[in-house]
Amino acid sequence: MAAQNNMTKVIHAMFDDDHRLLDAAGDLVAKGVKIRDVYSPFPIHGLDPVIGVKRTRIAIVSFMFGLTGLSLALLGMWYFMIGDWPMNIGGKPSFSLLENLPSFIPVSFEFTVLCAAHGMAITYMIRNKTLPGMPAVNPDPRTTDDKFVMEIADVENPGMSTAEIGEMLKSAGAIEINEKQLA
Amino acid sequence: MHKEAAIREPLILGDKSYHDITVDVVGPIENKAPKAWYLLITISSIIAVWGLGCVVYLISTGIGTWGLNKTVGWAWDITNFVWWVGIGHAGTLISAVLLLFRQKWRMAINRSAEAMTIFAVMMAALFPGIHMGRIWLAYWVLPLPNQFGSLWVNFNSPLLWDVFAISTYFSVSLVFWYIGLIPDFATIRDRMTNPTAKKIYGILSFGWSGKAKNWTRFEEVSLVLAGLATPLVFSVHSIVSMDFATSVIPGWHTTIFPPYFVSGAVFSGFAMVLTLLLIMRKVMKLENYITIKHVEYMNIVIIVTGSIVGVAYLTELFISWYSGVEYESYAFINRFSGPYAWSYWCMMTCNVISPQLFWFKKIRTNLTATFILSIVVNIGMWFERFVIIVTSLHRDYVPSSWSMFYPTWVDIGVFVGTIGIFFTLFLLFARFFPVLALNELKTILKSSGEKYKNEDH
Repeated sequence: MAAQNNMTKVIHAMFDDDHRLLDAAGDLVAKGVKIRDVYSPFPIHGLDPVIGVKRTRIAIVSFMFGLTGLSLALLGMWYFMIGDWPMNIGGKPSFSLLENLPSFIPVSFEFTVLCAAHGMAITYMIRNKTLPGMPAVNPDPRTTDDKFVMEIADVENPGMSTAEIGEMLKSAGAIEINEKQLA
Repeated sequence: MHKEAAIREPLILGDKSYHDITVDVVGPIENKAPKAWYLLITISSIIAVWGLGCVVYLISTGIGTWGLNKTVGWAWDITNFVWWVGIGHAGTLISAVLLLFRQKWRMAINRSAEAMTIFAVMMAALFPGIHMGRIWLAYWVLPLPNQFGSLWVNFNSPLLWDVFAISTYFSVSLVFWYIGLIPDFATIRDRMTNPTAKKIYGILSFGWSGKAKNWTRFEEVSLVLAGLATPLVFSVHSIVSMDFATSVIPGWHTTIFPPYFVSGAVFSGFAMVLTLLLIMRKVMKLENYITIKHVEYMNIVIIVTGSIVGVAYLTELFISWYSGVEYESYAFINRFSGPYAWSYWCMMTCNVISPQLFWFKKIRTNLTATFILSIVVNIGMWFERFVIIVTSLHRDYVPSSWSMFYPTWVDIGVFVGTIGIFFTLFLLFARFFPVLALNELKTILKSSGEKYKNEDH
C-alpha cells in the first residue's frame, strides 16, 4: 500500500467538458470515491456539494470588517470633532455625536465600505493562498484554458486500487489519466 | 446550470469553444501589436507628456497660471474633476450593478469598463491635487496628528467627504478589477512560452490554480464586492454633487443634485465606454464578443440616463421660477440667455436632444452613429459641468464683481494632457492585459453562445 511506504499517489483525470466532469464526479462519489479537488478554468456550478466543498464564510468576514470600519469611523469622528476640539462651523451643533451625526454619515459609510472590501479581499487572498510570488499548483497548464482536472488521492480511498479508480474514470469519460507520486 | 430563454439573442457569436475564447483574448497579447497601436500610443503619449509638462509648470509657478479670478474661483479644474469621476461611474455600474441584476452581457465589457473607471478616477484625482497649489501638503486632507495642536480636518465639510469617497472608490474599484484579473492572468501565464513574460504573468497571477474552493470564494467575493460597490458608486457622485449643493450659491444650492449627478455620471460613463469599445472591438477583432446587441443595450442605458438628466434640467428651471427666489431665478435666466448661453444650449443639444435619436432601432444598432453620438454625449457632459460651475459663479451678488472666465493655455494643456494620459493607460491595458473577462465568458458560452443556442432549438 502506498500509505505504508509513506508515499501518496494522486490520480489526475482530465476531462474536456465541465458537464461531463460534473456527471463523472457524481458517479464516482456515489461509488464511494473521495475526490480531493477539481482544477478548472472557470467555476463549475453545482460541483461544490458533490465533492464536499463547504459554503465559504467570506461574506461574514466582510460584514465583520465592515462593522469594525463603522465603529472606527464613528469613534474617530467623535474624538476629532466632539471630544478633542469642538469647532463652531456654520453654527452646526457640535456638542455630541448624535447632534452632529447627519454630517458624519457620508464618511461613516465610506469607511465601512473601505474596511469591508479590503478586509475581505485580503482574507480572500490569504485563504486562497494567492499572493504575489506564490507558485501555481495546477497539475496541467491546460486547466486554465479549456480542460478540467479531477484530483483523487489514494490515501483518501483506502479500499480501492488506483487501477480500479482509473477504470471508473475512463468509463465516466476522462480523456487522460495520469498518476503522480507525491513524496 | 443557468438556463436562458430561447428568444434572447446570443451574447457570443460564431462557433466558439472554450479554447477559442482563450485564443481570441490572449492572442493579441502574444502576437506583435498592430501598427495602429503604435501610432495611437505615440500620439497619446506625446499629449500625455505635454500634459505632465503643464502640470509641472503649474505646480512650480502656481495656480495663477490658470484663468481663475476672484469671482470665478473654480472653473476647468473642478469641471474636469467631475467629468472624469462621472466617466468612471459606468465601469462600476457595469461590473457591480449589472452583476447584482444577473445581466450576463456585462461579461464582455466589464473588464475594459473597469479599467476605464480606474484610469478615469486617476485623472479626476489629479485635479483637486494640483488645485491645492502646494501639492506636497496634500496629506493635510487626512486626519493626522500634527504639530499645530488639536487641529483636525473638518468632517462637516463635503470636500473632506470627497476625499474619503474618491479614495474608497478608487481603491475598491482597483481591488474588484484585480480580483477578476487574477484567473485570467493565470490563463496567460500557462500559455506563454517566452520565459520573461511567463514569469511576469506568473507574478501577476498570484499563483492562481483554479481549485474548486478558490472558485467558490471567487464567486462569493465578486458578489459581496458588487454589493458594496453598488451603494458606493451612488454615494461617490452624490458626495461630489454635495460639494456644490451644500453651498449657498444660486444655481448650486439645490436638493436635486445627487440623483441628477449620478444619472449624468452613468450617462457620460456609458458614452465613454462606447467610444473606447467601438474602437477596441474593431482593432482587436472582438466582434463576436462585443456584439451589436451589447452596443444596443448600452445605448438603451444612454437613453434612460440621458432622459433623467433632461428631466433634471427642466426641473431645475421650473423650480428656480417656482421658488420665487430672485437670485435663483436670475441664475437660471442667465444660464440660458446670458453670456454663457452658447454653452447652455450646447449642453442641451448634446445631452437632451441627441440621445433621443437612440429611440430609433436603426440608429442604436448602427455603429458609426453610436460612435459619433457617444462623443457628442461626452462633449455635452463636459459642458454640463462647465455650465453648472462657471455660470453660477460668474455673476456674483455684487454686480461690480461680475466677470467672465477665459481659460489659459495651462488650463487647456492640463485638460488635454489628462485625455492623453488616459488613452495612453488604456492602450497599455489593451496591449498587455486580458481585455475581456475570458474565464467568466466561458461560463455563459453554453447558455448564451450562438452555436449552443441553435443546437438546442
